[in-house]
Amino acid sequence: MLSARLTRQLVRFNGRVVLQQSRNYADAAPASQLLLTFASPNQAFYSKQNVKQVDVPSFSGNFGILPSHVPTIAVIKPGIVTVYEEDGTTSKYFASSGNISVNADSTVQILAEEACPLDQLDAQAAREGLEKANQQVTSASSDEAKAEAQAAAECYEEIIKATN
Amino acid sequence: MATLKDVALRLRSVKNIQKITKSMKMVSAAKFARAERDLKSARSYGEGAAALYKSMELDSEEKKPNHMMIALCSDRGLCGAVHSSICRTIKADLAEAPESNTKLILVGDKARAQLQRLHRSRFLLVFTDYGRKPPQFIEAAHIAREILNNDFQFETADLLYNKFRSVISYETIKEPLRSVDVIANSEKILSYDDVDHEVVRSYQEFALANSIYAAMKDGAASEQSARMTAMDNASKNAGEMIDSLTLTYNRTRQAVITRELIEIISGAAALE
Repeated sequence: MLSARLTRQLVRFNGRVVLQQSRNYADAAPASQLLLTFASPNQAFYSKQNVKQVDVPSFSGNFGILPSHVPTIAVIKPGIVTVYEEDGTTSKYFASSGNISVNADSTVQILAEEACPLDQLDAQAAREGLEKANQQVTSASSDEAKAEAQAAAECYEEIIKATN
Repeated sequence: MATLKDVALRLRSVKNIQKITKSMKMVSAAKFARAERDLKSARSYGEGAAALYKSMELDSEEKKPNHMMIALCSDRGLCGAVHSSICRTIKADLAEAPESNTKLILVGDKARAQLQRLHRSRFLLVFTDYGRKPPQFIEAAHIAREILNNDFQFETADLLYNKFRSVISYETIKEPLRSVDVIANSEKILSYDDVDHEVVRSYQEFALANSIYAAMKDGAASEQSARMTAMDNASKNAGEMIDSLTLTYNRTRQAVITRELIEIISGAAALE
């Protein structure tokens, strides 16, 4: 068991070394585009559009994605997704939860459970929601309901932070 | 020979049916317009998970023993072969391997009605009361949650739905889904940075809901477009029937008048 894990890590380590070796300036130049797909169930904000950079909040930390980013998958934490567009403007969106996948061909999929442009958020409503969620945390009978209420409270907190 | 009254009754009922099919066509045309608008954003939603599977090269066709098939139909009929083409695909697949441990997850009454005679023992979950309104993400999330909470641990799964191509055509698609273990044990995952099992699990659970949601939207658009075509055909056929019945009605009416005239004239002649 232990040896199996060790080999796996070794392969993984080797895999990274190979990847790092292949990422030099000459190779990065032709792949200098980042194709972003960013959608919520009701609306697609970007559909395979070329952008400069995307900053995303994830449970393993916030990170920025540039062209030729190492492939990864991550889970969105409530927070602000910032898109730096080709013409230099930045657009900010709030995302509640969802998935991020960065593929080897420099395509990025950000699929949020709920997302909206930052200026559509209502801080007042979020504060009310936070109060309600906090009440539910204290009054929750089961662990599951408690976790759900905590997740909701966390999301509201981030909305309030984002609107300030 | 039908009497004049019989023909008139029949003509009236066919006219009523044509009114109904015509208005059903209008309703589904309106619903279709909305479904097609929604489809655009939902498509990019569904492509996310598919892109990952593709770049991980998980396209293997082989089926594991614990296979699962998810059929996305709806409660409502009168829409051509939309539901039966899905059920036919399932039946064909099951007929190939009758001994396999394949389980079925059915969404919509129509799928259940078509499959329950032959494959009742394979039913794992059946969702009804679906298809009246445009699909919502919460419905997809509910189905995904029920699948994940079920005792049956699937290794491979197929999602069957109708992919919308144009107003007059759709394609029945079998989209493969992967379980957490299959993703976590794939060779390509090693080239992905900073991925632990918990991330893969959350990712896969959400991706399942995503795929179901996108498939639901595609299925809804195909269903409405198929219903539109079916109702258009029905109205046309009713129109043909009305034409021929009107002809018969007029002929019969003319015959009745002629007969009455003959009776009156010959009666008068007999009295002279």
